[in-house]
Amino acid sequence: MSILKAKSVELPNGKTITFKRSKAPWIILVLLICFYYSVQITGFDMQVLAKRIGQFWVIIGDMIPPNWKYLNKLWQPLFDTIKMSLLGSILGAVFALPLAYFASSNMIKNKSVVAAFKFILSLLRTLPTLVAALIATFIFGIGTMAGTVAIFIFTVAYVGKLLYEQIENADLKAFEAMHSMGHTTISAFRCAIMPQIMPNYLSNAIFCFEGNVRYAAILGYVGAGGIGLMLNESLGWRNYANVGMILLLLVVTVFIIESISEYFRKKLM
Amino acid sequence: MNSIEKQLLNEPKRIVQNVITAVILLIFIMWSLTAVDLSNFTSNGLAIAKNILLGIVTPNTDLLFTFNTNGVPYLLVETMAIAFLGTIVGAILAVPLAFLSASNIVPKPIAFLVRLFLILVRTIPAIVYGLMFIRVTGPGPFAGVLTMALTSIGMLSKLFVDVIEDLEVNILESLESIGCTPFEKIRYGIIPQLSAMFMSIVIYRYDMNLRDAAILGLVGAGGIGAPLIFAMNGYKWSEVGSILIGLMVLILIVELISNKIRNKLVRGY
Repeated sequence: MSILKAKSVELPNGKTITFKRSKAPWIILVLLICFYYSVQITGFDMQVLAKRIGQFWVIIGDMIPPNWKYLNKLWQPLFDTIKMSLLGSILGAVFALPLAYFASSNMIKNKSVVAAFKFILSLLRTLPTLVAALIATFIFGIGTMAGTVAIFIFTVAYVGKLLYEQIENADLKAFEAMHSMGHTTISAFRCAIMPQIMPNYLSNAIFCFEGNVRYAAILGYVGAGGIGLMLNESLGWRNYANVGMILLLLVVTVFIIESISEYFRKKLM
Repeated sequence: MNSIEKQLLNEPKRIVQNVITAVILLIFIMWSLTAVDLSNFTSNGLAIAKNILLGIVTPNTDLLFTFNTNGVPYLLVETMAIAFLGTIVGAILAVPLAFLSASNIVPKPIAFLVRLFLILVRTIPAIVYGLMFIRVTGPGPFAGVLTMALTSIGMLSKLFVDVIEDLEVNILESLESIGCTPFEKIRYGIIPQLSAMFMSIVIYRYDMNLRDAAILGLVGAGGIGAPLIFAMNGYKWSEVGSILIGLMVLILIVELISNKIRNKLVRGY
C-alpha cells in the first residue's frame, strides 16, 4: 500500500508536514471497475469495431454527393423546424421567469413554495426532449404542435434553472432600498433585479434556442414534425443521398444560427 | 430640479430601440405561430394525458422492481453503462482534437479547419449516428456506446478548447526559467491547470449523455428507450409510468452527485 501512504517532509526548523493523502488511486480503481462492468454489459468489442467499421464509411460514402434535387422539398420542413424551436423557445423563456421567481429563495420567504418550484423545474429537466415529444405526439397528435410543446417544456426547465440561480446570486441592496421606500415586491423586482439578470437571461434564452434547433431536427423521428420527418423517411428508405442533403442543410442552418446567436450573446455580455 | 431628478433625466432614452426590438420579436412570434397546428388534437388526447398521469401514479411495480434483464433496474444500469463508456471514449478522442483546434497551440488555419470539422460532427443528430452504427455492430447497446462517443466529441472539445485557451503561460515561463524539462513543464505546469476543469466538463457531459442514452433506444441502440416506446405504442400506461419514474429518479440522482463533484473540483468545496 505504499502508493497510498501520505508523504511527509521535515522542514529546516524541525517541523514535519504531512501531505494530504491522494485519493487518485481509489478514484482510478472505481473507474476501472465501472469500465470493466460497462464493457461487459454493453458488449463493447474492439474486434467487431475494427472488422465492421468499413460499413460506417460505406454509408458516409453513399451520402456524398448529396441529392441536390431533394433540396426544394426540404425548405418547408426546415422552416417548420425553425418555427417550432422559435415559438417553443420564446414561450418557454417567458414562462421561465415567473417560475424562476417563485423558485428563488431570496424572493419568496416560504421555504416549501421554493422547494416545490425547484422540484418541478428539476423534474421537467429530467424528461429527455425526445421522450417529451413522444408523449406530446400522443396527446396533441402527430405534427409540429407536439414538437413545440416538447421544446417549450425543455426551455422552461433549462432557462428557469439558470435564472433562479442568478436571482439568488443577485445583489439585493437596491431591491431592499426600493422595498423600504414603499415599492411593492413586484415593482422592486422589476426595477432592481431585472436589470441585473437581463443580459444573462437573454443570453441563456438565445443559447437555448440555438440548441433547440438542433434538437428540433430529430423530434420528427417520433412524429413531432419538421425536418426530422424527412430524415426519418429517407433513413427508412435507406436513401442516403437524401439523408446527406438533409444533414448538409441542417449543418449550414445550425452554423448560421450559431453564428448569429454567438454575435448577440457577445454583445449582451 | 434636485440632483435625483437630474440623474433620472440622464438615463439613456431607448424607446426607439425597444420598439424596434418588440416589433421584430412580434413578427417572429406571428411567423412561428403558423407552426401551431391543432387539427390533430382530439378529445382523445386528453384521455391519453390522463392515462399517462394515472400510469405514473400507479406504476407497474413488478416491472420497477424485477432484477432480470427485462426489469427497469437492469435497463437503467444498461443506460448508465452506455453513457459511461461513451463519455470515456469520447473524452479520450476529444482531448487531441481540442488541442488541435486551440488557436494558441496550433496555427490559425489548422485550428479553423478542425473547428469546422467539430461543428459538422456536433450538428448531425445522435439518431443518425445511431442508425449508422447499428449497421456496423448490429442493434444493441454497443451501437449506443459508439454513438455516444461520437456525439460527445463535439461538445467536449468545444469546452476543452475554452479551457486550453485560458492556460496561464506565466507558470510555464517560470518553470522554464528554473530549468525544467518539457516533460516536467507539462506535468507540473499544464496538467494541474487543466485536469480539474477537464474532469468537471467530462462529468457534465456524462450527465447529458445519460439523457441522450435514454432516447437512443428508440432506434434500437440499447438502453431504456426501446421498452418505453413499445409500452407507449401498446398503450400500457402503467409500464410507461414505471419506466418514466425509473428514468427520472436516476437522472435526478446522477445530477445531484455530479453537481456535488463538479463543485468540489472547480471551487474546492
